[in-house]
Amino acid sequence: MSEISNKWIGTSTIRPDGADKVTGKAAYAADTNMPGMIWGKVLRSPHPHAIIRSIDTSKAEALPGVKAVVTAKDIVDFSVHTPVPLGIQDMRWMCRNVMAREKALFHGHPVAAVAATSGAIAEEACKLIEVDYEVLPWAIEIDDAIADDAPILHDFIEFEGKPSNIAGTLEHTLGDIDAGFDEADVIVERSFDTKPVHQGYIEPHACLVNVTPDDKMTVWSSSQGQFMVRAMTAFLTGIPQSDIRAIPAEIGGGFGGKTIIYLEPVAAMLSKKSGRPVKMVMSREEVMRATGPTSGAKSMVKIGAKKDGTIVAAQAVHYLQAGAFPGAPIRGACGCCFAPYDIPNVHSFGYDVVSNRSKVAAYRAPGSPIGAYAVESVLDEVAEEIGIDPLELRLKNAAKQGTKAAHGPVYPVMGYAETVKAALAHEHYKAPLGKFQGRGVASGYWFNAGGESSAQVNITEDGNVVVTTGHPDIGGSRASIANITAELLGIDYRRVSVLIGDTATIGYSNLTGGSRVLFASAMVVTQSTEQVIERLRGLAAKIWGIEAEAVTWSDGAARPAGENAGKFEPLTLKELAARSNETGGPIGAGVQLNTAGAEGGFATHVCDVEVDVDLGIVRVIRYTSFQDVGKAVHPAYVEGQMQGGAVQGIGWALNEEYIYNKDGKVDNPGFLDYRMPVCSDVPMLDNVIIEVPNPKHPQGVRGVGEVPLVPPLAAIRNAVYNALGIRFYSLPMSPPKVLEKLDATKMAAE
Amino acid sequence: MTDIQYVAPSTLDEAVGAYAAAKGAARILAGGTDLLVQMRAGMVKPGLIVDIKKVAELSAIEKTPEGGFRIGAAVSGAVLEEHPTFGKVWPGVLEGLNLIGSTQVQGRASAGGNLCNGSPAADSIPGLVAAGAIATVQGPNGRRNIPVEQVPTGPGKTSLAPGEILVSFTLPPRPAHSSDAYLRMIPRTEMDIAVVGCAVSLTMDGDTCTAARVSLGAVAPTVLLVEDAAKALVLTKLDDASLDKAAAACSAACNPIDDKRGTIAYRTKVAGVLLKRTTAIAAERAKGG
Repeated sequence: MSEISNKWIGTSTIRPDGADKVTGKAAYAADTNMPGMIWGKVLRSPHPHAIIRSIDTSKAEALPGVKAVVTAKDIVDFSVHTPVPLGIQDMRWMCRNVMAREKALFHGHPVAAVAATSGAIAEEACKLIEVDYEVLPWAIEIDDAIADDAPILHDFIEFEGKPSNIAGTLEHTLGDIDAGFDEADVIVERSFDTKPVHQGYIEPHACLVNVTPDDKMTVWSSSQGQFMVRAMTAFLTGIPQSDIRAIPAEIGGGFGGKTIIYLEPVAAMLSKKSGRPVKMVMSREEVMRATGPTSGAKSMVKIGAKKDGTIVAAQAVHYLQAGAFPGAPIRGACGCCFAPYDIPNVHSFGYDVVSNRSKVAAYRAPGSPIGAYAVESVLDEVAEEIGIDPLELRLKNAAKQGTKAAHGPVYPVMGYAETVKAALAHEHYKAPLGKFQGRGVASGYWFNAGGESSAQVNITEDGNVVVTTGHPDIGGSRASIANITAELLGIDYRRVSVLIGDTATIGYSNLTGGSRVLFASAMVVTQSTEQVIERLRGLAAKIWGIEAEAVTWSDGAARPAGENAGKFEPLTLKELAARSNETGGPIGAGVQLNTAGAEGGFATHVCDVEVDVDLGIVRVIRYTSFQDVGKAVHPAYVEGQMQGGAVQGIGWALNEEYIYNKDGKVDNPGFLDYRMPVCSDVPMLDNVIIEVPNPKHPQGVRGVGEVPLVPPLAAIRNAVYNALGIRFYSLPMSPPKVLEKLDATKMAAE
Repeated sequence: MTDIQYVAPSTLDEAVGAYAAAKGAARILAGGTDLLVQMRAGMVKPGLIVDIKKVAELSAIEKTPEGGFRIGAAVSGAVLEEHPTFGKVWPGVLEGLNLIGSTQVQGRASAGGNLCNGSPAADSIPGLVAAGAIATVQGPNGRRNIPVEQVPTGPGKTSLAPGEILVSFTLPPRPAHSSDAYLRMIPRTEMDIAVVGCAVSLTMDGDTCTAARVSLGAVAPTVLLVEDAAKALVLTKLDDASLDKAAAACSAACNPIDDKRGTIAYRTKVAGVLLKRTTAIAAERAKGG
């Protein structure tokens, strides 16, 4: 890469989607309409747990304006006994999640759907559907779900030989855990709990689906992967992928929560039955009741260290809520929680627990914030017991190149220690604190992913560039790809237009998740662009009548090299494009790869809080994130990811929680009472970008999108301890909980 | 699938006539920041919407002959904010109204709507109660005046008779060295709903409080006028002992519920904390004026 000037890589160029978004012209899923379109609405279970004895849709079908009604009978059934995995999903559970089959498993579980000429008629018709339920006892919280007499959600799931709500386990082992604790001078063992939190994307799930009489389907929807939409819709409708065209809309936030579908197969069957295009748009309440938050959890963590701060043993047990169907992110909790450290003896165990809640979905580094909350909180206590600075403790035990991690890999080049060193050296870490103010730190890890991506790079006849990739852009991938393409071609980034293809116009590309998109798409775009450059050199060679090897490409032009240097005037991209007709035809190249070499990402956060001790309110007053990003191709977008993760962590730590009432229903299904932070709740969030390039990537990229949500929970919790001298073991640290503990501590002292 | 009728009369008589004739099927529309949300959520399905913003009296801000203010029931917070003197005389009333929602909502939302919506957590109402504001209502049987604290009767309920429309609020003339303040406890910093709200209106003579009214929101089925708290402040120098007594009176007046927004214990304690903080702000303002 030595010939690269880095004129564009590393600059915060104007984002290509910016003008549309600030002027309200960007088209989201609900903005697409078709002639003859009708509206679909979902009837949802009023019970958290009930057998569906029968469904009578005849009255709804008879209502004027109603064009189609669907129930689980219209969705392809998958036997519960045979896994049908697709990414992190399993069609056994998906088919039952989009439409309840034998049982309704949570309040808000879809039971039937209606399409009618207006939304109001469809809603009215839903009320005419008669469902005969046999209401069952339910379990919402983990303790209720794993109790001996717990109501069992799925009688085919067994644990230790009997029906259970524990749907799976995961274990990582390294060394000899008991021998490790025997060596320890200090052992700290604590229990924690966290609440499920929603991704909180602003745009609710929405789609428009048209199925023609010959079963050709077009889907317009907002998702993190049009190919994921196509594959899942194919599974659940029985229509082959080749007959489904999934067109990605601009996405109004996903954060992992749009790596799953809810509406598309339902709308597809309504369209197939009615012969009309069907549009479905969830309300915020439906989003909160029936789409996936991430898990609530219980964790037990035990860490042993020597007096000099060397950690010799670490053990964790995590119980994570899966919601109504198996699939809690125990891999993230168990695999990531000790990953920043070089610890010889590790045991990490996770339980996947089903209960009568909506099925969890991915949320930024799924599981990892939960594991890190418990581990990084215990590390704070270990540091205090030993009398060592909490960052120094982390630095002393930092994993490095060659460290064997409990979850499997031996680490390659990585930048964890650099994040801790940068935090230690930063002015923030030494700044004075006032009364009732405190400072906390925590670190975090995320695996990051590679996987399948496709790209097509085409040179237009006027000598500009169109790049098509297959990934919805949720974090700046278009702007970053424009930077990379412009860099490689040596042209202004404004001459590169980056588009997101639909499933019919670009090759298969795995979904936008796992912090994989820039890593993977930069690889296929780089290779495609290199092929284009090779072609351009060949065209110039042909025009000049010399060997292609004797032509170089730099600053947007082919130049004669070696003994031919200076013999011909350079030929620019524009000149070569204009002459392509006479030299061999259109200029373009496409590359499709299953990419590998995405290495893990690490971050360390420093957080200051101030507590209003009379009201119990914790406010974050200063926050600095230190993250190894490999290479920041577009630094403003990288900072946006870092800030976004921090602010979501602040919400998770301080106020966000699902509140269930005594009837097993969510009592706060909206943004008024589900308290995500607003802008004025947070200070300007500072970022320190650390670049330890990934040697396995042409630009040195590591994923950046998920690890920023891993450290905040513990960083804030540790800061509250530093401010008050009170340790919290439960999230959120909401005002009533903080005030109660303050008062109890005061009483105990008096 | 019933249709919704919409009328926007220019006189109060027409508005009352249409509203009364609909016999409960009608809803009044001022800013619509509660009504339209409730309609969208399917909570209410009015057959008739009576938009009162075109009635001059309901959108007016006037000085009364006695030197007080009369505020039309449909006046939005943003319009009241722009009045040249209202916010100097009643800063607490104004800040309560303009804590509601976002900037966009404040351009529509009115204190009249906030009162008639009947929420115990209504942010603009404690300030009006502490101010001693009188509500004027008009119905088929004519006009009557009632203290604001007598309008709400429970969550979502008011003492307005069928067909009666809230016309205006009348705030009394202000002695020198008087002012007011409103504070609310919310977990966020804005865009939230009061877990506890507290308004205090004071008149000071030097360091001595000569008159006080205290009102609490979100701690009982209705906004409360807390006379015992006011008594604890009057003829004191707002010293710690008096403030403790007033705070205790506020906590004693609380009759809250445990709900998703806060616990009984939390609300009861916070009511006293807010009393002290609000009183300090109001006293500072009163001494300055």
